Amino acid sequence: MIRNKVENGLYCYAYGAEKGAVSKYFAKGKKMIRFENVTKTYKSNVGLDNVSVHIKKGDFVFLVGPSGAGKSTFIKLILKEIDADEGSIMVAGQEVTELSNRKIPQYRRRLGTVFQDFRLLPKKTVFENVAFAMEVIHKTPRQIRKQVPQILSLVGISDKAHKYPDELSAGEQQRVAIARAIVNNPTVLIADEPTGNLDPDTAWEIMDLLEQINLRGTTIVMVTHAKDIVDQMKKRVIAIDSGHIVRDESGSYGFRGGEADA
Amino acid sequence: MLSSMTYNLKQGFMQIFRNRGMSLASIFSITAMLLILGLFFVITVNVNLFTEAVKQDYDQIEVFLLDETTQEQTMKIMAQVKAMDGVTDVTYRTEAEALEIMKERWGESGYLLDSLGENPLPSSILITVDTLEQAGAIADFVGSFEGVEDIQYYQETVEKLTEVTDFLQMAALVIMGFLVVVSVVVVSNTVKLTVFARAKEIEIMKYIGATNWFIRGPFLAEGILIGLMASLVSTAVISAVYGKIVSTIGSQVLAIVSCPLIPVSYLAGNMTVIFLALGMSIGAWGSIVSMRRFLDT
Repeated sequence: MIRNKVENGLYCYAYGAEKGAVSKYFAKGKKMIRFENVTKTYKSNVGLDNVSVHIKKGDFVFLVGPSGAGKSTFIKLILKEIDADEGSIMVAGQEVTELSNRKIPQYRRRLGTVFQDFRLLPKKTVFENVAFAMEVIHKTPRQIRKQVPQILSLVGISDKAHKYPDELSAGEQQRVAIARAIVNNPTVLIADEPTGNLDPDTAWEIMDLLEQINLRGTTIVMVTHAKDIVDQMKKRVIAIDSGHIVRDESGSYGFRGGEADA
Repeated sequence: MLSSMTYNLKQGFMQIFRNRGMSLASIFSITAMLLILGLFFVITVNVNLFTEAVKQDYDQIEVFLLDETTQEQTMKIMAQVKAMDGVTDVTYRTEAEALEIMKERWGESGYLLDSLGENPLPSSILITVDTLEQAGAIADFVGSFEGVEDIQYYQETVEKLTEVTDFLQMAALVIMGFLVVVSVVVVSNTVKLTVFARAKEIEIMKYIGATNWFIRGPFLAEGILIGLMASLVSTAVISAVYGKIVSTIGSQVLAIVSCPLIPVSYLAGNMTVIFLALGMSIGAWGSIVSMRRFLDT
C-alpha cells in the first residue's frame, strides 16, 4: 500500500515536471487526509465501519464503490457535514472531529468542492458565481477583479465570463464550478462525481483540468462511477463497499484490478 | 466592515423588492401592531401625567371657608389644626390668590377668567399632611368647626387613579409583549420566504466557507429594514393623529381635568426612539428565528 502511494506521488510530480514540488513532497511526506478507525452509523445502516486511510499531500485519489457503500459518508465527514461516531479525522492538519460549529466555515475555506450537479447560482453570471466565493471570505473588490479572470482563463472559459449558467453547456458549467472551487486556493479539492452529468469527451476535458489542478499541488479526492476514467488515469483507487475499504491501490476500477493498462 | 454593511443593506433592499408583496404585508402588519402600541403609549403617558398632577395636591386638604367667616374663627381653626399630629403645614389662601392659581392652571385659556366680574372663589385654609391616610381624620376634625363650608381632599381619588394607572401599565405591557411576539412571527415568515428562495445559495455559501453571520447578514438587513419602515410609518401616523387631537380638544381637556395633554413634540421624540428600537429588534429577531433551522450544522 505504501509502495503504491509513493509511486502515485512520483507519477504526479514527474508529470508536472515541478522539481521544487517534488522535493517538497518528499521532504514533508505530509498526510493531507487521515482517517483513523472512523465509524459512522446511521439509524438503520452503517455508513463507515472502522475505516482507516491516509491520503498524502498532492495525491489524486479515486473513491469508488457501489451506491450506498459509504462514499458519500466519507466525503461528508471530510466536509464536516456530519460527525463521526468514533475515530479521528485529520484534514490539512486539522482534527475535524474536534472542530466546533463556529470554526467550520474557516475550515471549509481550505477545501474546494465540486458536485455532479454543478450547483451554480442561476441568477449570477459566470464571473459573479466565481466572485461570490471570494466575497464570502471577504476578499476586496480589487482582488476579485484581478483574480477571477485569471482563474476563468485557467479553466478555459474566459470568453464566457458574462454568460449565465443556463447559457452554457454542461461541461462549461462544470468548469465554472471548478473555477469557483479553486479560486480561494484550497489545499484539498473534493469532487463528487464531477463527470456524472457529462458526455465522455467532455468528461475527459474535465479530468484533464482536474489533473492540471492536481499538478499545481492540490490534493484531489474524487468520487466516481466512471470505470473508463479510473482505469485510464492509473491513480490511487480506494474502493469502498458496505462501509469498509475493500481495496486501496493504484490502478483500475475493478475489484480484481491492480494491473495498469496503457 | 463597511463594505459588508453596504453589501448586506443592498441585498436586504433587493430581497424586500423582489418579494415586495409579502414585504409590504409585513410592514403593514407591524405598523398596525405599533399603532396599537402607540395608542396605549399615548393613553398611559397622559394618565401618568394626570396622576402626577393630582398627586402634587395629594398631601393637601383644602378647607373652603364661608364668606362670612371671621378672621378670628379662621385663626382659631388654623391654630388648632397646627397642633394636631401629622400636620406639617397650615396656610391661609385668600380669594384673590385662589383666582391667580386657577388662572395659572388654565394656562393659555386663563384669559377666560378675566371676564368674571366678581371673584366667585372662596378663601381657604390649606393643610399639608404627612400621609394621605390621616387626611380623613383631620378632615372630620376640621369639619366640626363653624365657618367651614366644604372640605376637599384627594385620598380616594389618588388611590383610584393609582389603581387605574397601574392597571393600564400592566395591560399595556401584556399587550405589548403579545404584539411583539406576533410581529416577530410575521417578520420571520416573510424572511423565511426569501430564505427558501435562496436555500440553494445558502447551501453553496456554506460549502464555500461562509460564516453564519455572513449568510445571515442580508436576511438580518431585510428584517431590520422592514421593522424600520414600519416604525417610521407608525410614528408618523401617531404623531399626526395625536397632534390633531391635541390641537382640537386639548384646551377642552385642560379645562375639564385642569391638566394639559402631553405635547406632541415631547411625545414624538420619545416615541420615535422607542418605535425605532422596537421595530428594528422585531425585524432582527424575526429573521434570526426564520434562519435558525437553515444554519444548524
